[in-house]
Amino acid sequence: MTDARDALMVARNTDGKLVRRPLSPHAMDYRWPLAGLLSGTHRITGLALGVGTLLMTWWLVAAASSDSAFAAVQWFLSSWLGILCLCGWTWTLYQHLFSGIRHLAWNAVYGFEKAEYRVTNWAVIAASGACTVITLIVGFVVW
Amino acid sequence: MASSGDTPRVDTLRSPLGRARGLGAARAGSGHWWAQNLTSIALVPLSLWFICGMIRMIGASRQDVVTWLSSPLPMVLMLALIVATFHHLQLGVQVVIEDYVPGQGSRLVSLLLLKGACILLALLCIVSVLRLAFGM
Repeated sequence: MTDARDALMVARNTDGKLVRRPLSPHAMDYRWPLAGLLSGTHRITGLALGVGTLLMTWWLVAAASSDSAFAAVQWFLSSWLGILCLCGWTWTLYQHLFSGIRHLAWNAVYGFEKAEYRVTNWAVIAASGACTVITLIVGFVVW
Repeated sequence: MASSGDTPRVDTLRSPLGRARGLGAARAGSGHWWAQNLTSIALVPLSLWFICGMIRMIGASRQDVVTWLSSPLPMVLMLALIVATFHHLQLGVQVVIEDYVPGQGSRLVSLLLLKGACILLALLCIVSVLRLAFGM
């Protein structure tokens, strides 16, 4: 033992023998609980949608400005990068929407029991996944 | 409440609950939470409508957008969506900034930048919709 701080980790057991105190695992060694992961996802999707409002603003401003400006934004949205952005933001919006509906229910004190939120965890994931797939299929069919 | 002699005297007409209400430890009331919840309720139908509208506008010409947004109902719904979205956005990101940005100065600057950006973007969107609808 060379570091003085290690002395704090030494104790005696009931037999009077010197032992090293047990250490809990590092925070990152724990498995992420799904509810916690979805909580973080709600924040991150919210921030991502905030960035997405820039695209909505660009689209509206371009439509109100000129034919060439609108052609530019429509060209971007039909490029592979634009399609990737739209697909990503579609899922982001649905995930934040369904997760948000669950937050509204929680705020009204519904569904707070462990058994309930374990079910709604998967309900949120399934609903946003299904709606994203349906929207993208409809979108590509219309296109 | 202070007592002079054995006669109790009420110094304020406001009860402790009345004084605490809307002005707790955060020096702010439940207004933020309430606005966040009301805008989110409004945004459930509005964003579903927005997704349907955007699907209709896939590959649209500028004239299609004008035709769509100059009818009263889509125009009003679009304006409502813009107001609710940016209000909800600035309330939500405000909480994230308050959680993660340390230091009073940088926190204040971040909050002011956020609110300013949200107001400007919302005005850009609103003016664009009105220009599409009324003044081409």
